[in-house]
Amino acid sequence: MIEAELSRSVARWCEGATGVTGAAKLSGGASQETWRFDIAHPDGPIGAILRRSPKGYGAAPTRAAGLAAEAQLMQLAFEAGVPSPRVMHVLTPDENLGTGFIMQRVEGETIARKILRDDEYAAARPRLARQIGGVLAGLHKLPQDKLPELRSRSATQEISEFERDYRSLNWPKPVFELALRWLRDHDPGPSAETTLVHGDFRNGNLIIGADGVRAVLDWELAHLGDPMEDLGWVCVNSWRFGEIDKPVGGFGTREELFAGYEAAGRKVVPSRVKFWEVMGTLRWGIMCGGMMQRFREGPDHSMERAMIGRRASETEIDLLRLLAPRGG
Amino acid sequence: MQDEPTPIELTKAVADFLRNDITPLVSGHQAFKLRVAINILDLVTRQLTQEEESDAKEVERLRALLGIDGSVADLNRALAERIAKGEVDLATPGLAEHLWQTTMDKLAVDQPNYASYKRELGRDG
Repeated sequence: MIEAELSRSVARWCEGATGVTGAAKLSGGASQETWRFDIAHPDGPIGAILRRSPKGYGAAPTRAAGLAAEAQLMQLAFEAGVPSPRVMHVLTPDENLGTGFIMQRVEGETIARKILRDDEYAAARPRLARQIGGVLAGLHKLPQDKLPELRSRSATQEISEFERDYRSLNWPKPVFELALRWLRDHDPGPSAETTLVHGDFRNGNLIIGADGVRAVLDWELAHLGDPMEDLGWVCVNSWRFGEIDKPVGGFGTREELFAGYEAAGRKVVPSRVKFWEVMGTLRWGIMCGGMMQRFREGPDHSMERAMIGRRASETEIDLLRLLAPRGG
Repeated sequence: MQDEPTPIELTKAVADFLRNDITPLVSGHQAFKLRVAINILDLVTRQLTQEEESDAKEVERLRALLGIDGSVADLNRALAERIAKGEVDLATPGLAEHLWQTTMDKLAVDQPNYASYKRELGRDG
């Protein structure tokens, strides 16, 4: 049972800890798991989260930064005042828990539909787009000399990579071809500056409370690149959950996002943001195709995965809305 | 010729049974999976109802655009290749209209509640 290993682990690095209770798996693919648990402590229980690759699943997919890098980035973000959980411990091999790290649990909501509809978040919603701009600015300002080793990708390399992913699916889609042509024709070239890019900054990876953004999660796609990529990705229609006239996660306008970003002393290049929004929409469409392929070829023969394959057409209509809008 | 009832009638009957009789009996993760299963059956029913006509119209448009004949899959592959080669683009008469119509027909089956689709449907009206 995982609680025994966790109890031995916390006894080593958390002073006064007497054990672990309530361990429950929150999510888990084959190679990465997330667990919640409480550290029993004389001062009261401490909420914690374990993110790990179980033993035997050390190899990260090619795009992933790796859990060690993720822990380091979250800690850097926390220290710089970017909303982020505090990293409490990085796992060592002798703990028998696999590779990964333990962080303090941040209470709040990640389910976009609740954040966009529930009364509890009504006061936070109008502020979120601007706030997200500030959070992204803080993230892009993290000191580069302290970053772990990360892959570096230009727009040109990203287009080629997505094209290769798409072609490997053998899934001819005229709208995707059109988007690939558009991206090549509008490739903005190398950006004036290269910064840390979160890589998956969107609804679902943000913990939100009544007071706004409390934590940025899932740094596994972090890399070095064009900071405008994060601004474009958060505007992809797929994360608006029906609120299509509020581009920033269904919360607010691009203008609010840009104002929050620039108020924190950074500059926005709107044409680059648009480029990355188109790229992001195609990227999610190709990811849906990847889900379909994995459903077909196993091992995950689940209905959910099958249905995500059918969501590629959502990105097709969104690409057409971006590239060939109809009048009015 | 296969016998009746038709596949559309059968998938509808199963979906209605799950929706009306089984949904009240399950909870938690199983309820979530059941909703996904019902959504799949509804999607299949929509596809069986609409596919024949929308495919026929798609083939007609593709023939006119490409000047060749073939199955809907062959013609889509040919169009994708021509766009990739730059032989056909948004300046080509009929291409934008074709892609819009084809995509709208797909959404009508896949995700008729998707907000972008509903917005564009409003434009058609």
